[in-house]
Amino acid sequence: MPEPLLELRGLCKNYGALAVTDDVSLTVLPQEIHAIIGPNGAGKTTLIHQISGTLRPDRGSVLFAGRDVTALPVERRARLGLARSFQITSIVPGFSVLENVALAVQARSGSSFRFLRPAGSEAAINRDALAALEAVGLAGAAGRMANALSHGEKRQLELAIAIAMRPRLLLLDEPLAGAGPEETARLIGLLRDLRQRYGILLVEHDMQAVFSLADRISVLVYGRVAATGTAAEIRADPEVRRAYLGEDELA
Amino acid sequence: MTLLLVQVLNGLQFGVLLFLVAAGLSLVFGVMDFINLAHGVQYMLGAYVAATFGLWLDSFWLGLLLALPVALVVGLLLEWLVFRHLYRRDHLSQVLATFGVILTLDEAARALWGSAPLNVPQPGGLPGGIEIMAGLNYPAYRLVIIGVGVVVPLLLWFLVERTRIGMLVRAGATNATMVSALGVDIRRLFTLVFAFGSMLAGFAGALASPVFPVAPGMGENVLILCFVVIVIGGIGSIRGAFAAALLVGLIDTLGRAMLPDLLRLLLDPSSARQTGAALASMLVYIVMAGLLAFRPAGLFPGPRA
Amino acid sequence: MRAALTRLAAPALLFLLLLAVPFLGIGGGFVLDLLTRAMILGIAAVSLSLLVGGAGLVSLGHAAMMGIGAYAVAALDAAGITEGMIVFPTALAAAALFALVTGAVSLRTSGVHFIMITLAFGQMAFFTASSFSSLGGDDGYTLYARTEILGSPLLQDRRSFYLVCLALLALVWGGCTAILGSRFGRVLRAARENERRVRAVGFSPVPYRLVAYVMAGAVGGLAGALLANASEFVSPASLSWTRSGELLFLVILGGLGRLHGAILGALAFVLLEEWLSHLFVYWRLVFGPLLVLAVLFLHDGIAGLPGSLRAWSRWRPTFSKRRSADA
Repeated sequence: MPEPLLELRGLCKNYGALAVTDDVSLTVLPQEIHAIIGPNGAGKTTLIHQISGTLRPDRGSVLFAGRDVTALPVERRARLGLARSFQITSIVPGFSVLENVALAVQARSGSSFRFLRPAGSEAAINRDALAALEAVGLAGAAGRMANALSHGEKRQLELAIAIAMRPRLLLLDEPLAGAGPEETARLIGLLRDLRQRYGILLVEHDMQAVFSLADRISVLVYGRVAATGTAAEIRADPEVRRAYLGEDELA
Repeated sequence: MTLLLVQVLNGLQFGVLLFLVAAGLSLVFGVMDFINLAHGVQYMLGAYVAATFGLWLDSFWLGLLLALPVALVVGLLLEWLVFRHLYRRDHLSQVLATFGVILTLDEAARALWGSAPLNVPQPGGLPGGIEIMAGLNYPAYRLVIIGVGVVVPLLLWFLVERTRIGMLVRAGATNATMVSALGVDIRRLFTLVFAFGSMLAGFAGALASPVFPVAPGMGENVLILCFVVIVIGGIGSIRGAFAAALLVGLIDTLGRAMLPDLLRLLLDPSSARQTGAALASMLVYIVMAGLLAFRPAGLFPGPRA
Repeated sequence: MRAALTRLAAPALLFLLLLAVPFLGIGGGFVLDLLTRAMILGIAAVSLSLLVGGAGLVSLGHAAMMGIGAYAVAALDAAGITEGMIVFPTALAAAALFALVTGAVSLRTSGVHFIMITLAFGQMAFFTASSFSSLGGDDGYTLYARTEILGSPLLQDRRSFYLVCLALLALVWGGCTAILGSRFGRVLRAARENERRVRAVGFSPVPYRLVAYVMAGAVGGLAGALLANASEFVSPASLSWTRSGELLFLVILGGLGRLHGAILGALAFVLLEEWLSHLFVYWRLVFGPLLVLAVLFLHDGIAGLPGSLRAWSRWRPTFSKRRSADA
């Protein structure tokens, strides 16, 4: 078994008396899509926050590529290769689409304490940024303003930003939320391609997408991992069916 | 020792005045997310009106009483003319527009009353001094100010914590949309808070008029110290404003009184006086910077901090 | 390319007009002095515009940077040093150092706290300046001589002083424009719009903001040193918080997001102040309300006026959107 890219060990987080993350341990291997599913309020977003570094866990640790990153802030984790997409789209609205991605390329290529040379004409950066946009099918919109994009395009842009960071792990918080059927199909294809290169931790509500994409699935219920296994194992798990899938299939 | 006691009393009294101004500023900011540089103008106005009416009616106390409605009316007028158009604008616009209001009203004070400090009637009906310790007389009026500093915070606490309006104000500070969804006219609530804050600041100015020089620009010195008070105490927190106002009042007063003497132990008299004076006027800012380095949200973080 | 040209057209025209003034002989020395003062304020305003419009840092203590630069000139003058190769670097370094120390503390906060803290540090500088009894305390200090450049009295002559200020203004404007377009400026602008995104791609915004704060401080110091020379006088009043408010107003009056707007704002401000103070004794009674009106109605400043006029001409009374938004 290869060394895990991401490992959570006994992560706990309480809000007052409420345990939103309750002793969560899981791993993401290189070139694996590990999906986290669970009913609303199961603590998926809180978990993502602790992995990306916006929230500190009360107990437990986060290991990234064998290194304990529990105490590192967001930007340090990002530099180590942990890229994140947000549940609510987070882009720079006043930048062009290309410049949004170029910012991410710039972050990993040399110092940004350069004051005089126009950043917009750095060919190497623009080339990499454009490549990332091509990968998500947004190259045609490179010159448009980011805030003029449609909702689905903004989701694609977020993904392009994440890819442009050349990360080792992608942390995707509901990348399909709000996307139309056509966009969803394209994004699923894209995620399948991305798996060749990155480990992916995927939080997603679209069950069809999750079951067709994920190598392993963890079910989060009331902040705990109720079960982890392959898609087939999770489908067969009676406890999971009762706690979660049953309701969802009815819905 | 007696000197120290006198300075502590002076410091408390300055702190009380700061609290009266800062409380309104902090409430307005907490509830409306509106930063009002012109709040100090109310303080100046209170002082001028109290002084003018006091001279005219030959009674400081009547002047004080009349200063309250005038401050209230001017506050409401400014709110209606200028401030309400700024609630939805960014802080930068708020700072600049209220800065324009200050320039205008300071100039108006200069035009009406001149640049020189005003003569103010002394409050009658009080004994000149009260012996608070063997051989130490302290002006009775200054004790009255400290007394106000006990009564007004209690009153405010009661209003904010125990009345329906206070409940709405607290709720409005946390979530204005929700409160208006409950069918409360948030704009009227804002106006009410604003009017109340203006009156408190005017009251502070009137109280201060026999003790501090009444001159154009007097409001801004107090205002900037009030910002320090709010930053130290935590935005939107009345409790924090009270603690911080007393702290700032004491530090400022004691620093000015004691630092030059303390430095004389280290330096020659003339440079001790000079350095001491400089350090004393910087002291509150140094304390604020130090505090912020460790607690960026202030002592008692308010709902918005 | 075409877009770049149109963007540069307005500032280029502005600089050309300023360059033409001393050779047209308009209004004599008085006009030159007035414009010199406006350009010096413009230098400070451009640096503040870099902070406010570029980095999103609303500083209400920028006058302190100017004041420190001015006091550096005065202190060296009192020590008998008037060589510009010493005076100007000292003024810049002193202001930059102050910006570094106060910026490191201030940048721990954001939003309104940042406004209040920069104001408080400005007051600190003000009180310090008032306590320099060897430099006149509250009364201020009159320079013995203007600063020399490599021993030559270049700044004595009205016209050459004007041209030096114009050159420096152009340099500062060009430098700040380049900075905003550079890698550094990109991080700064992105962090203004969406700090979370900037962190998520791996930048910590604080070092970038601090460097910008120090650079703006140094330029403010330069402006202060020039202003001390222009008036041959330095006093704590130049550090007062109202001066900081005025600088902020210049930036907004000219229009945020366009660095040359700050220069337009400075010109408009100085000319208006001059004109009004000749008309009325209590001229601020007119000026104050004008300021309020400008903030309320001139959203994009003078530099954005053509666009605003176009928008107004299309305006129909549909009752303020702002009001209906709270229903």
